[in-house]
Amino acid sequence: MMRYLLADPARLRRIGLGFGFVILVAVLTLVNQKPWTPEALSGLNPWVLRLGTALVLALLVMANIRALGLLPRAAQVWGVWIELFLLLMAFFWSFDLSFSFIARKIGFLITQGVAMTLYISALSILIATVIALVGAVAKMSKNGVIYGLASFYTSLFRGLPLLMQIYIIYLGLPQVGYVIGAVPAGVLALSLCYGAYMTEIFRAGIESIPRGQSEGATALGLAPAQSMVLVILPQAMRIIIPPTGNQFIAMLKDSSLVSVVGVWELMYLARTQGQTEFRHIEMLITASMIYWLLSIGLEYAQSRIEARFGRSNAR
Amino acid sequence: MPAEPLVTLSGVHKSFGAFKALSDITLSVAPGEKVVVCGPSGSGKSTMIRCINGLEPYQQGKITVAGRYLTEEEEVGSAVRQEVGMVFQSFNLFPHLTILENCILAPQWVQGKSRDEAVETARRYLKRVDILEQADKYPIQLSGGQQQRVAIARALCMAPRLMLFDEPTSALDPEMVKEVLDVMTDLAREGMTMICVTHEMGFAQAVADRVIFMDRGRIVEQAPPRAFFTAPQSARAQEFLAQLLH
Repeated sequence: MMRYLLADPARLRRIGLGFGFVILVAVLTLVNQKPWTPEALSGLNPWVLRLGTALVLALLVMANIRALGLLPRAAQVWGVWIELFLLLMAFFWSFDLSFSFIARKIGFLITQGVAMTLYISALSILIATVIALVGAVAKMSKNGVIYGLASFYTSLFRGLPLLMQIYIIYLGLPQVGYVIGAVPAGVLALSLCYGAYMTEIFRAGIESIPRGQSEGATALGLAPAQSMVLVILPQAMRIIIPPTGNQFIAMLKDSSLVSVVGVWELMYLARTQGQTEFRHIEMLITASMIYWLLSIGLEYAQSRIEARFGRSNAR
Repeated sequence: MPAEPLVTLSGVHKSFGAFKALSDITLSVAPGEKVVVCGPSGSGKSTMIRCINGLEPYQQGKITVAGRYLTEEEEVGSAVRQEVGMVFQSFNLFPHLTILENCILAPQWVQGKSRDEAVETARRYLKRVDILEQADKYPIQLSGGQQQRVAIARALCMAPRLMLFDEPTSALDPEMVKEVLDVMTDLAREGMTMICVTHEMGFAQAVADRVIFMDRGRIVEQAPPRAFFTAPQSARAQEFLAQLLH
């Protein structure tokens, strides 16, 4: 079977295309509950109508992909983005949203919600990065006590759900006599949790640098800390940055979990602002789009930083 | 009275787990002396010179460098390494720094020189290894031979009293070996104390005061190059040289 498929690339492509088409038709048939029903065909079995509609739609999709294929690459990318974005907008449009309500609330969503979300995220990212750096060095330590501390930390904070950590810190610390505000509790939980994940990213990045680099630095008389900061980390950055950018984006959105302890960040406002007028979906969609925009901002920043640290690799 | 030796090893033992890497190594190197270390792979040559600048710890015996007893303490190691330059088989240049930045990093951060002073020294040594025009390029833009010459210049910028070479030409394409050996030969002529692990027998004959032959973690034979190459005493050395010639 494998042999039959792999021996002839052209045949493999035809089979792949056919298979994709069948799947697309099947999915559209199952999903589309309101098929196009012309008067003359209203007597037919609804499943036949569904299948027919699905076939037409699938053919349109295929033709669309073919048409995009004729464009240069950059135009293809833009084309796909614009089409999918319009589809997404059409999806939102179908909710019959009240834009005047959104316009009324969006100011508060940004000045209070976005500001708080960014404040919590930026602070947590900063602290998590410091924790990750210390954690990574500790995890590579020959000293058993230090390694024990670091590995227990990463295991615990990667092992508990973030939501649980927020509750435990917010509700648990007062039990031992330390009353903590909702915002500090949220920042602490996010920092500790993401610090644990990022510890592993930093460790992997540092370990990916060949041993010759630290030996070269040591042989020149550099102390371990100097060698780490001046030689190893600048090189490890290139490996650390892409997954760290991922973590930053994930944290931006996980900061929404802090809403459970009543912090007025974007998610909390999105849930509460719509309540009085039963306009939940307006607020949720608006907040979603804001999260997306913020993520795009981070993606852009990440690509800029990557380009900067990739310099010495260009021939 | 002969000058006090710059490096001494007495009764040095080192093992990696059950594997004996060095057994009872005793050796002393006088200032200005050029020593070539050869032997089959796995014989402990690299391990020995890596012990001399504290890159590898040793378990028994005593190593002194420039009168300092080399222990595992960080300060001692650091002090010793400032007297000892090392050149590696794989160059180990820092790829994120330009050639010039590679050369001024340690003088600035370890010796506390000003940037201007470090740059001046670096330019002098880069000129000496004939690579000054490439000072602002990154290591990856240079050929292997050029990179190794930069590595030598980088080590010299720290004004070491001893240079260790760990198979400096083994990773090079054949046509680049000569340019590196020429730099090493010049350095030897100027009186630098050198310990070179190398299989370049032409270099050994031209430059070395003494050839050390190692096998299975021991120094089996040491002799002036002429004597070693024409009339090796031990069976292992005879065998090794016979293989080298083929």
